[in-house]
Parts: sequence; C-alpha cells; structure tokens
Amino acid sequence: MTATLHSKDQSLALATEPDAGKRKLSTAKAIQEAISQRMARDESVFVIGEDVGPYGGIFSSTTGLIDRFGPERIIDTPISETAFIGLGIGAAVEGMRPIVELMFADFFGVCMDQIYNHMAKIHYESGGNVRVPMVLMTATGGGYGDGAQHSQCLWGTFAHLPGMKVVVPSNPYDAKGLMTAAIESDDPVVFMFHKGVMGLGWMAKNQRSIGAVPEEEYIVPIGKARVAREGTDVTIVTVSLSVHHSLDVAEKLEAEGISVEVIDLRSLVPLDREAIVRSVSKTGRLIVVDEDYQSFGLSGEVIAVVAEHDPSLLKRVSRVCVPDVPIPYAHELEFAVLPTPARIEAAVRDAVAT
Amino acid sequence: MTPPTTKTLTDEGRRGLLSTMVLIRTYEEAIRREYYADKKPAFDIGAGLVPGEMHLSAGQEPVAAGICAHLTPEDALTATHRPHHVAIAKGVALRPMTAEIFGRQTGLGRGRGGHMHLFDPSTHFSCSGIIAEGLPPALGQAFAFQRQRSDRVAVAVIGEGAANKGEFHESLNLAALWKLPVVCVVEDNDWGISVPRSHSTSVASNADRAAAYGIPGARVEDNSVEAVYAAAGEAIARARSGGGPTLIEVHTLRLWGHFEGDAEGYRPDLESVPEHDPIPIYRDRLLKTGVLTDSQYQVMQASASEQVEDAIDFAKNSPTPDPLDHLSYVFSEGVNS
Repeated sequence: MTATLHSKDQSLALATEPDAGKRKLSTAKAIQEAISQRMARDESVFVIGEDVGPYGGIFSSTTGLIDRFGPERIIDTPISETAFIGLGIGAAVEGMRPIVELMFADFFGVCMDQIYNHMAKIHYESGGNVRVPMVLMTATGGGYGDGAQHSQCLWGTFAHLPGMKVVVPSNPYDAKGLMTAAIESDDPVVFMFHKGVMGLGWMAKNQRSIGAVPEEEYIVPIGKARVAREGTDVTIVTVSLSVHHSLDVAEKLEAEGISVEVIDLRSLVPLDREAIVRSVSKTGRLIVVDEDYQSFGLSGEVIAVVAEHDPSLLKRVSRVCVPDVPIPYAHELEFAVLPTPARIEAAVRDAVAT
Repeated sequence: MTPPTTKTLTDEGRRGLLSTMVLIRTYEEAIRREYYADKKPAFDIGAGLVPGEMHLSAGQEPVAAGICAHLTPEDALTATHRPHHVAIAKGVALRPMTAEIFGRQTGLGRGRGGHMHLFDPSTHFSCSGIIAEGLPPALGQAFAFQRQRSDRVAVAVIGEGAANKGEFHESLNLAALWKLPVVCVVEDNDWGISVPRSHSTSVASNADRAAAYGIPGARVEDNSVEAVYAAAGEAIARARSGGGPTLIEVHTLRLWGHFEGDAEGYRPDLESVPEHDPIPIYRDRLLKTGVLTDSQYQVMQASASEQVEDAIDFAKNSPTPDPLDHLSYVFSEGVNS
C-alpha cells in the first residue's frame, strides 16, 4: 500500500507501514529524520518555535536540523506563542507546510485561540475552500518531577475540539511514520509526543523508546490503531508512554497465564473505533489506561464507543488515569497519580478475577 | 518606487474612493434592512433570514477604501468581526459574500461561516470574530510572501480595543523583528462596544506604540479617506519594497451601534454622530471642487444599488445547505472524527 504525496513530487509514493528493518533509533531521532526527509523534498516545509534552532528543541525533536537547513527554515522565535502559531496558520493558508512547536502542551493556555478558533476552524468555516496544512508539535507528560504546569498530557482537550487531527505516537517507528503523515496531511495535525517516549539521555526511559525504524520515508496512517500485543483475557486501550507500561505488565502477567491484549490507539482524532470494538468483542474486559485526566476525556470516550456499539460486550470495565487533580510535585505524590505499571497490573488482576 | 500620495491622486482616483465608500454604505444599509425585515415586532436575534450578531461598518468606509486602493487581489487582508467594508473594498465578490451572510450553500463558506467568518481565497481575504486574532495569521501570510520572494503584502485590520491585547504586542514585535511585509491598521472608532477609548487605552494615539517596536507609526485623525490613502500608500509601498511593517491608526467613526439592536444608551454624542458621516462630507467636497458632478454621483449610487440588490436577490434565491451535510468540511478528506 502506498500514499500519494501532496507536493510536486507526485512520482514518489510513500510506503505505508513497511517492515521495520534492523536499524534502531530513539523516538526523538525518528521524528528528526521524518522532518529532515520531508524538508529535503519539499521546500514549503519549515520548522518554527522556541529553541528549535541551535538548541534542537528542548526535548530533541529538532536536533541537528538547523545544521542541514539553516536558520531560514529552522526558525527560533520570541516567546510569543500566539504570534508564531498564528504565523504558522497564515503561512499554511498561503501554501507552506509549517511545523510549529509549542514547547509544552501545558502552554496551550497562552495561545489556544489561534489553535482551536483559527487553525482548527478555518477549513470548516470556509466550507472547505481554505486549507490549513500545518503540524502543531508539542511535548506532553510527567514522571520527572516537573510539577503541575509542565507535566500534563491534555490530548483529550485537543481531541474534544473539532477540526484538529490528534496523533500520539508511543514508539520510534510510529513517530516517524505519523510525523511524515502529519506533514503530508492537508489538515491541521496536533502531534503530541510524551517526553518519556523520546529516548532522552537525561530522563528515565523505557527500552521501547528505542526501536527499529526504516531508513526510507513512509506513512503510518493517521486514525489507525495498532495491536501492540495480542491477548485473549483482557483488552488495554491506551496511548503513548502508557503503552510501554501496559506491555511491560502484559509480559509479566503472561507467566501467570493472564493474556493481555494491548491496543495502541496512536491517534485520538480520528479515533479507530473498530479496533476498540474488535478487541473487546474478543476479550469482554476493557481497561483504559490514560495519562490524561480521568473525567470528560479519552477514557470515558473509549468506554462509550463500546457501550454504544453493544453494552453486553462489557463483562468488566475500568480505567487507570490521572485522577482529577493537578499533577503534584513530590515524587511520592506524582507517582500516586500517574498510571504506573503497578496500577495497571492491579487493574488487570481485578478485571480477570471475575 | 515612489509611494502614491494625495498629490498623485487623480480626480478619477478620488471618484473611485467615493464610489467604493458608496458601495459599502449601500451594502450595509441593505443588510440592515434585510436583518430587521423579519425580526418584527419583537426583536429576536436568532430569527429571520439573517440571524445572529450583525456588526455593520457604516462610518468606517474611509479606512477600507483608502487602504484597499493600494492592494491587488494577490495581497492578503485579515479583518475583524466588523468585516464588510474591508471585504468589499478588497474586492470580495458580493454574491457569495451575501449568500454566506444569508447562510446559503452558495456562500463563501457554504453557510458554515457567517458574517464574522468570511474567507475568500481568490482575494486572500479573511476575518475573525475574535478581537486581535486576525493579526497573527496576517503575519504568516506576510511571512509566506517574504519567503516566496514576492512583493505581495499582508494587511491586518483591527480595532482600537485590540491594541490592548497581547496578540497585538506579540505580533508587532515579531513583524518588526523579521521585517515582515505587513501593515497593521487600527480602526479607532472610539468605542469597544460600550467602553470609550478614554477608559481603555493609556495613550492618546496607538501609533505611538510603534516606537516600542522600532517601526514607523502614523495616526490619521479625521476619518478622511484621502489621508488614509496617503498613509496607507506609504506604508504599503514600504512593505512591498522590503522596508518592513508599519502601524497606522485611523480615528474613524462608528455611525451605528456595536451591533444591530444596540440602543447605544451609553453614548453621549449620539445626536451629533450623523454630522460626522464621512460620505456626505467627502461627496460635498468633491462636488464643490468640481471633481464630481451630480449626475456622476447619481450613477455611482445607482450602480451600487444595482450590485447590492443583485447580491441580495442571489442570496435569497440560493439553496440553503442540506442539514444532513452538517459534518462535511471538518477535515479535507471527509473524515470527521
């Protein structure tokens, strides 16, 4: 299967989810590579944001890009999120393909009007006559003691508001393919990477943040979930760093004869409802693991998908989320609210006990 | 390139400015008529062929006409919640614009936008209902023009209330820093809905704020279309030639309420407002100086009326959107969630 490029380079078709091969990269390097390869082929692509230039992005999403493409296309900005996100919108409307980095998703509060009232609505308000092909890339997640204003996931907030695609990769392979797909998309895409999946040398990391990535460009379709692990007893539906934790728990419990299926949604918008229903149809037990806040968010939505389809499928349902409190600072408190492997394991044991 | 000035403005050019202003006023009067037509006897904002808030631009025509005389369809312009005058002066076709205001399938946004959300790619015109938020996208359009090595420019029209928002300062700093080909035009109509400028703004002239960003600033004090023309001509020529942004403030006039239905009880100058109507003032000046004849003015009015009524007929006779089609256009690929 192939995807067609938007650009002049129509002769080059991109593979969809090719074999991973053997070369290993961190998620950060996979993102850099996706951007770099697109920029090499498409002059309309540029990166703009705070500290994306010589610093390479606070979480290494743009490391090295300025050396290859220079400050004309890898553009550091003042701390003016509204101005530079809006600039991305205007540039996209005029035919460019900006990748705009909002350093932390937590910072959306200072610039949300450009995001949800403009970036996300212009296509609809214009009756499809104006497209906004831009990527809003942003860091999410906690677990390293950064407190209430720098640790949130917030993807449910973006996904709640119509007009933005929302992708949340968990591993290097998906990150590269989803970034390529996001740049190629004619719609605005919010690309939310968890700091804990980037494979950064200065933060605790799961082994799954480094993995096999093809050297060539390819697409991971936006809106298609992945069965990260097959199982028969219980379904975990999750995203991002929680995929890593869920897989760790599944591996551990396999020895006890508990078979856990892990669904990595990869995108919140569009949401792969079929993948959720398909898995729960098999297992009858659903656990949603989400590092975003519990109420009014992804976890409730996933459960509603199954309930609306056929409530009788659900023998057991539960969720492991951040309870509705700000992310606390002290390590003991922070890890009391995060969806840790221990909390996920307890939820699985509880689900299969009946 | 020598910027156009009032000295280079020909008689034909002057009649052109008046003609644009007359077309705008004729349009706003007709929209006002249609807006109220089916909201009687009791005013119900959601009733009738044109529901919702309606912010009309009567009195602010000199800003639109004076600026847009220097723009081509390839230049970009972002406007506010009060967008009709600049849309018309920018050259947005009246038929699809009016159809959008009437919520019809033939409208600019196929009925999805409404009067505060008009998007016309053919003239690079857009507007936003959120105060000051049209400025950052105009920067982006200017950025794209700069990177494409073209001489196209972007103009952002905002109100005086917007100059107290963070977007204004972020945007002007960035525009100045990168010498973007953008002109920011502040329409000072004295009122932020009901709050007078004296209660909202710390400086007498927002043009003074240009100094904070190291860019030229100019204030046009008397709502004169020719003064706007001159100031805009200089600013736009500077932007086109790589000289970077300019901030212009025009002291204009809100002839009618903030929106239709606004009784303006807060406004002490209400009785004297019509005396300042810029259209009769400019018309009389052109008549007096021999630039314009009575018959030319009558032709101007008749032509405006014909265009406007044609657009309204077109809108009224256009199909309404299919309610079953309400999910279309969230995304370009027809995948909506």
